[in-house]
Amino acid sequence: MKKLLSKGWRPLLVIILLIICWEVVCHLFDIPDWLLPAPSDIFEESIGGWGSYSHHIFSTVQLAVIGFLVGTSVGVLVAICLHLIPFLREAFYPLLIISQNIPVIVSAPLLIIWFGFGMLPKVIIITLVCFFPITIAALDGFRQTNRELMHFMQMAGANKRQIFWKLEWPHALPALFSGLKISATYSVMGAVISEWLGANKGIGVYMTLASSSFRTDRVFVAIVLVIILSLLFIGCIVYAEKLVIRWKPKGEGNANE
Amino acid sequence: MSKLLIENVSKSFGKNQVLQDMSLTVSDGEFVSILGPSGSGKSTLFRLIGGISLPDSGSIYLDDAKINGQRGSISYMPQSSSLFPWRTILKNVLLGAELNGKIDEDKAVNMLERAGLKGYEHAYPHQLSGGMKQRVSFIRALLSPQAFMCLDEPFSALDEFTRVDMQKWLLNVWTEYQRSILFVTHHIEEAIFLSDRIIVLSQRPATVKKEFVIPFERPRREELLLTEEFLRFKKGVYDALVE
Ligand SMILES: Nc1ncnc2c1ncn2[C@@H]1O[C@H](COP(=O)(O)OP(=O)(O)OP(=O)(O)O)[C@@H](O)[C@H]1O
Ligand SMILES: [Mg+2]
Repeated sequence: MKKLLSKGWRPLLVIILLIICWEVVCHLFDIPDWLLPAPSDIFEESIGGWGSYSHHIFSTVQLAVIGFLVGTSVGVLVAICLHLIPFLREAFYPLLIISQNIPVIVSAPLLIIWFGFGMLPKVIIITLVCFFPITIAALDGFRQTNRELMHFMQMAGANKRQIFWKLEWPHALPALFSGLKISATYSVMGAVISEWLGANKGIGVYMTLASSSFRTDRVFVAIVLVIILSLLFIGCIVYAEKLVIRWKPKGEGNANE
Repeated sequence: MSKLLIENVSKSFGKNQVLQDMSLTVSDGEFVSILGPSGSGKSTLFRLIGGISLPDSGSIYLDDAKINGQRGSISYMPQSSSLFPWRTILKNVLLGAELNGKIDEDKAVNMLERAGLKGYEHAYPHQLSGGMKQRVSFIRALLSPQAFMCLDEPFSALDEFTRVDMQKWLLNVWTEYQRSILFVTHHIEEAIFLSDRIIVLSQRPATVKKEFVIPFERPRREELLLTEEFLRFKKGVYDALVE
């Protein structure tokens, strides 16, 4: 906590300054609420309107968590398969990249046509945006396995399975966590986007309703919610990383702080 | 029992011939050092013995069984300590045994303690000094089920004080366990101090240039390093190496 404060005060200060400017500008130029609400109005709405959006939060969190878990599993599995079977890597690597070149705006409606408005198409959308950073990060981690350690394992007569579980997998974990952090934020975004396309609950729905009725303050409340959720998700991953990766030297490379 | 026989082994990488008609033996319980210029193919020889690459011609026998291309027949201490950063020291020294399914944790704890590493069983490698890491790496090789040990310049990265300490420690351990050891080094003094026999390699393509049987009595003590006979012997080896 102390560390968070000592490191976090600079961005926090910038944000506070920005909010003050924003507040002042809104009042100075008398900007109408539907165009740009002042931070104080947004704050008021976020407190007073709790009843109108609280049930949306749970639904989005649930969707994002499920999507993230599925996406992570798919991402890790794909990475393992592509890594262990060179033939598959050659065949599927380009496909992997193509899968990221199709905009969600295009693929999402298709998925809804095929799978309806239920949970399934939404989870697929989140999976599509989540698995890629994880697969790429894990593949890189596997590929960059230390040659000398690999040598040692081979000399010691380790079989392929032992080499994977005792060397390549733990070696890839730090890289994998970088991928997980990216995917954690994507999963919240993915959940909100998939809710735009058809749902009856969720922050995405709340957001569309707010903007179509020119409740710009509520749109901003939704934005703040998305930001907070993303930060919470990342926080969870960072915490998990600390628990799992204990072998990293602490405090190295901080000489200038 | 474990003895190694290398017969007329040659190896080239493309046009670059590294080993040429190399023959040598290590008998049971013997400590043999290989002394050769950098890039002469010492690590390559270990890779052949370890079975991760194949000789172009010639054979390698361990206890009369041909082991060309057969992995896992020797225990190995690499040129860098190569400890696994995510494993604790205890888990690191048990790795060789773990790969073959017979773990003896008490023995490992005991050996770590006698190597002056008590209290570090659950530390991670980054918390250890270079000399400590080499000791861990050596214990890992010693605890592997394979009896024949190949050590690739284990002390080359250490400073002179630590190096001598480590040599004495190695001699103690070796006297106790009586393993057959093939030891690679650049360091003439180290080779004489430790070995029963020294094999001097030529420049690339490497072949056995000369062999020395070390006349000094065991147990050897540090004082030996400064005696007249030792220095004279060292000069003989040096001349063979550079000629
Ligand atoms: N996989 C490889 N492919 C091509 N050339 C190689 C390979 N491995 C080793 N060589 C070559 O073989 C030669 C001997 O290398 P090696 O690592 O065995 O030397 P060394 O005697 O162990 O040297 P040092 O004492 O510096 O460790 C070098 O010229 C190197 O370029
Ligand atoms: Mg070498």
